[in-house]
Amino acid sequence: MSRRELGEVEPVAGEPQLALPDDGKLQPVTDPVTAGTGGTTTGWRWQSLGRWEVALIGFVLATVLYGSSESHYFLSGANFFDFGLNIGPIALMALPLTFIVITGEIDLSVASTLGLACSLLGYLFEHGWPMLLAIAVVLLMGVVTGTFNGILVTRLGLPSLAVTIGTLTLYRGIAEIILGSNSVTGFPTSYDTVGTSPIPHTEFTWTLGIFVVLAVIFAVVLHMTPLGRSLYAIGLNKETAFFSGIRVKRIKLLLYTLSGFICAGAGILWTFQYASARYDAGTGLELDVVTVVLFGGISIFGGKGTLAGVIMAVCVIGGIQSALTLINVSAQAQEVVTGVLLIISVVLPNSGATLGQLRARRARTAPSRS
Amino acid sequence: MTLSTFGSRSGRFVKAIFGAREGGILMVVLAVFGVTTLYNHSFADPLSVQQLLVGASVMIILAVGETLVVITRNVDLSIGSVLGLSAYVVGDLFAHNPHFPVLLGFVAGTVVGFVCGVVNGAIVVIARVPSLVVTLGTLYAIRGMDAIVVNGLQINPSSIPSSFIGIGYETVIGIPWIFIIAAALVLIVGYAMRTFRPARDLYAIGSDPQAALLAGVPVRRRVFFTFVISGAIAGFAGSLWLAEFATVSSVAGLGYELLVIAAVVVGGVAIFGGSGTVLGAALGAILLNTINQALVAARISAFWDEALAGALLIAAIAFDRYLFLRRERALRLRMAARVTA
Repeated sequence: MSRRELGEVEPVAGEPQLALPDDGKLQPVTDPVTAGTGGTTTGWRWQSLGRWEVALIGFVLATVLYGSSESHYFLSGANFFDFGLNIGPIALMALPLTFIVITGEIDLSVASTLGLACSLLGYLFEHGWPMLLAIAVVLLMGVVTGTFNGILVTRLGLPSLAVTIGTLTLYRGIAEIILGSNSVTGFPTSYDTVGTSPIPHTEFTWTLGIFVVLAVIFAVVLHMTPLGRSLYAIGLNKETAFFSGIRVKRIKLLLYTLSGFICAGAGILWTFQYASARYDAGTGLELDVVTVVLFGGISIFGGKGTLAGVIMAVCVIGGIQSALTLINVSAQAQEVVTGVLLIISVVLPNSGATLGQLRARRARTAPSRS
Repeated sequence: MTLSTFGSRSGRFVKAIFGAREGGILMVVLAVFGVTTLYNHSFADPLSVQQLLVGASVMIILAVGETLVVITRNVDLSIGSVLGLSAYVVGDLFAHNPHFPVLLGFVAGTVVGFVCGVVNGAIVVIARVPSLVVTLGTLYAIRGMDAIVVNGLQINPSSIPSSFIGIGYETVIGIPWIFIIAAALVLIVGYAMRTFRPARDLYAIGSDPQAALLAGVPVRRRVFFTFVISGAIAGFAGSLWLAEFATVSSVAGLGYELLVIAAVVVGGVAIFGGSGTVLGAALGAILLNTINQALVAARISAFWDEALAGALLIAAIAFDRYLFLRRERALRLRMAARVTA
């Protein structure tokens, strides 16, 4: 287990070395970001999965209890609507990122893609394009930016962390070139209602409603189809996955394309939600998205986690933010909570593994003493 | 062909590549500078050049710390937040104690960063969690703490000793103090990274953590201290930031971490560790900053700045990849030649 979890590795006597030569990548398989060597037993994995998801249920309940004890308004429909406005776009972008992280890669350009979509939509609208055509073009742009990420990662074999830090800056930069410091407003009111009224007969915002539908689809694909299971195979050991006939590169490329597409969609919804298009829309949001995914129990090393976890993480993080907003904690101060949650979500599961190792080592050395 | 000639030749080959990298970036910097000067002659004015050096200094210093971390195949995303917190704390000290010694201001900033670095390093090493996630968390947490401490206030130039602010703009024989400090740091750390064993260990860790461990390198201790140093340097950079801008709000240094990583990677430090130099990273910082200023001087909209930085970063990674593949192929050919011989 340790081999997959560390940047540094403790040699375990007798354990076979699974570090196959990576297909030309700069980093060997022990790398924390894109690690993908096997060596885990299914039993352990399922156990720990169960544990983290149970912990998340506890977190959700605690959030609801805390929120409703701080403010009677917390469980009201109107607050649920605000909750949807805040967390909806983040939740949407977290779905494809979940898939990407499960395959052991990462996409940090999500929020910049959202900003670029926002910018482009504003620009096209300003230049008199019909709204539906503009939306189609923006979605196409998402496909292009996502595919560009994917090509750099899969075909050129560049590390996804570095690539998407690059495109994070690049896409935001293009957004800035397109719109400058302008802010485009005056979208048709029929579109702007995305930010003011919920889906009829419910308290769901449009973003949250779309998230729920997509989450069901994503969950079915991830947990019940060969494609979904192959994502875990890629994340656990991409050499093995490749030799089992999984088209590793093609799948990863498709995931990046999907991510670009959905982030562009989130950008469109964002524009309507705030009834204005600016190049800096959603700046820094990638960190929130990554936090949701990792707090949801998706391992940064790939190959581990469930979509149910991510959905609960959306509830917890959105709920805490909404509760803190209700008691007038500033958005910036709330970042302490987000940061601590993120650290907890990686430290807790790992410290369990570390303790297990220590115990195992003690067990190994104990007989020699007696 | 004997083994020894093979070794020495590949050694020379590698040296040529790394030698070329710093030289190459320097050429690009000079080219950007030259072309911009053709467009706008005032770009080469002493005052403009001074401004260029001052503007790059804080980023150079941050790049030095980040380089050490990246070489060990880790990453420190919290440096922007650390810079912001330390700048505000130092500013606050000056505001509340008018007679606070100027030198102690730098010490205080460094201590703030040191503490943040200890937290980062401890979580990475003890809990054995990837640094990307840990420092993403502390990026948030430290920025949030900064916001709580700042509480919507702002440090104003009037509350800071003038001798402290002077470091930001005063010059010695035409060279700004702040740049001299940055250059000194680059030289000292650059020398250490070439010479001392613990520093060389960082390269070993970055090339192959497992092999480093087997070779007896105290991997976890080294990684811990690397984060501490990176934090301390970011804290120190925070006090320099205060000296340069003389005003701090809760958004000081926001988003700096990505710019610094871009500079480091453009400067030839491989994002997955094991290679690169402090000097290269510093040149990368100077290059990004020069491009930024050149856009202004050439009256191109500053909106292009970010896109160019991103494109440059991607180009640098792709270039590294190309070099790596070429080196691989060369090695494989040599191996094949040896087998057949």
